[in-house]
Amino acid sequence: MSVAPSTTPLPKESRLRSFVDFYLTSMRTEMQSQFQYRAATYMYLLGMVAEPVIYLVVWSTIADQSGGEVGGLTAGQFAAYYIVWTLVRTMNIVFTPYGWEWRIREGQLSGALLRPLHPIHYDVAQFAGGKIPWLLYYLPIAVVLTLVFHPTFDVRPAEIAVFAVAIWGAYLIRTFNQSALGLVTFWTTRVGALFSLYIVLELLLSGRLVPLTLMPDWAQTLAWLLPFRWTFYFPIEALVGELSNEQLLGGLAMQVVWIVVGIGIFSLVWRHAIRRYTAVGN
Amino acid sequence: MTTLRVALLHLRVGVMNDLQYRVNFALQILQSLLALVTGLVVFSLVYSHTTELNGWTQDELLAVLGVQIVMAGVIHAVIQPNMMRLTEEVQEGKLDHALTKPVDAQMLVSVREVQLWQAVDIVTGAVVICVALVRLGGDLGALDMLAFGVALVFGALLLYCFWFVLATGSFWVVRMWFLPELFEGIFQTGRWPVGIYPDWLRFGITFLVPIAFAITVPAEAVTSRLEWQTLVFAAFFTVAAFAFTRWFWRFGLRRYTGASA
Repeated sequence: MSVAPSTTPLPKESRLRSFVDFYLTSMRTEMQSQFQYRAATYMYLLGMVAEPVIYLVVWSTIADQSGGEVGGLTAGQFAAYYIVWTLVRTMNIVFTPYGWEWRIREGQLSGALLRPLHPIHYDVAQFAGGKIPWLLYYLPIAVVLTLVFHPTFDVRPAEIAVFAVAIWGAYLIRTFNQSALGLVTFWTTRVGALFSLYIVLELLLSGRLVPLTLMPDWAQTLAWLLPFRWTFYFPIEALVGELSNEQLLGGLAMQVVWIVVGIGIFSLVWRHAIRRYTAVGN
Repeated sequence: MTTLRVALLHLRVGVMNDLQYRVNFALQILQSLLALVTGLVVFSLVYSHTTELNGWTQDELLAVLGVQIVMAGVIHAVIQPNMMRLTEEVQEGKLDHALTKPVDAQMLVSVREVQLWQAVDIVTGAVVICVALVRLGGDLGALDMLAFGVALVFGALLLYCFWFVLATGSFWVVRMWFLPELFEGIFQTGRWPVGIYPDWLRFGITFLVPIAFAITVPAEAVTSRLEWQTLVFAAFFTVAAFAFTRWFWRFGLRRYTGASA
């Protein structure tokens, strides 16, 4: 059971102010700590970049072999897709279900429950703060990838604006999905099996593996019914694709829907899960 | 001889330790199968748009995938756990325990950990290779099989050398938590024949990270496209890499300052 603070409640506006203040401070702290371990973070990022580079090389090879394009995409468009992919992937780094597993198994949650805010706020703020250094680290990588793979970009200001919002939408959708998954540990102690299944679904149905248009029709239909495509495919397409203004706004609306659904599922599971929590010490 | 006995003893203890946790076995099978399914889906997507990739048909590429899975199993079962333990002990100053034992220290730090269930991937990969061989027609000579076996051994040794050099780096760079992620990312390049990559990347994953030798070369043997010069070169490269690890280990050890844990 999460414990409410026993101080007298603050008036509404100062509560909001201290809430915003909490977020800003947590983000700033995390930013500073991420800047501290530059080399390690960079190595981690380089490992992550391998994934899109491989897909990019494979699909460019096929595009070149079959006379310049596959499924309507040229090598240059693949390059644009996977370079933006890297940025979106960076934004999509969230607190992992394995982290929840560790917290719950080791009793680390006890301390977090005593704080005045729900533990999820600490995760959201911390990882959001980490994004700013990570985006700076991403820039040189993007420059190198651009020089090596010659992407074809054709962006409108509206697309950039929607992209800037959509990457944060993707961040929130993924945060709540993975956190809800992490809460399963309250019942099972181990989350590995379920999480692997989740990652496979995400890989295939989010556009993370290949642009969704290269998938068979039924898989594309399935992707429409699930949250995954709004975390990878939509933000990437918003920038590199040819979406109309209606499609761009519709996509953002879908993101809002999935954020709300995610928060709903997370709170529901949390309410049942937290009753099962026991820990000794800490 | 003593060296070998010590290594086998550590292996046995490690295996017995993991045998206590049988649920992990089921879990590992599931994860192994999920990874395999994902790999196969990617292949079927790729080959629904083309009939061959840089001269490799789908069945030949299946052999590449099989070798990559086998090697991943070897790395996760014996190489990576030992190397991560080495970096942690350097960081915490606990390496004294290994250094003061009356056996070769490099050998000892390389055999202390075994993650038995990770070896499920070795079986999965072997099955994939067999399926690929059957689908390819199975007219593989004894010489090809021998070359395949030898290439696998060289490949595994080279991967060990690479990991060992990285882990030895912890004498200078203390924080090495990123190593598995970095390696895992780069290792995925092995799913595809190195020939498809641009020159700079192909050079990198041949000589800097020995993925070409570990995966593409054995896969070439098993698809009868290996030239004997390549295998001889792999042998020389393995010997040179191993000699380098010996030297580099001693060089790094001089920087070690543990206050007897």
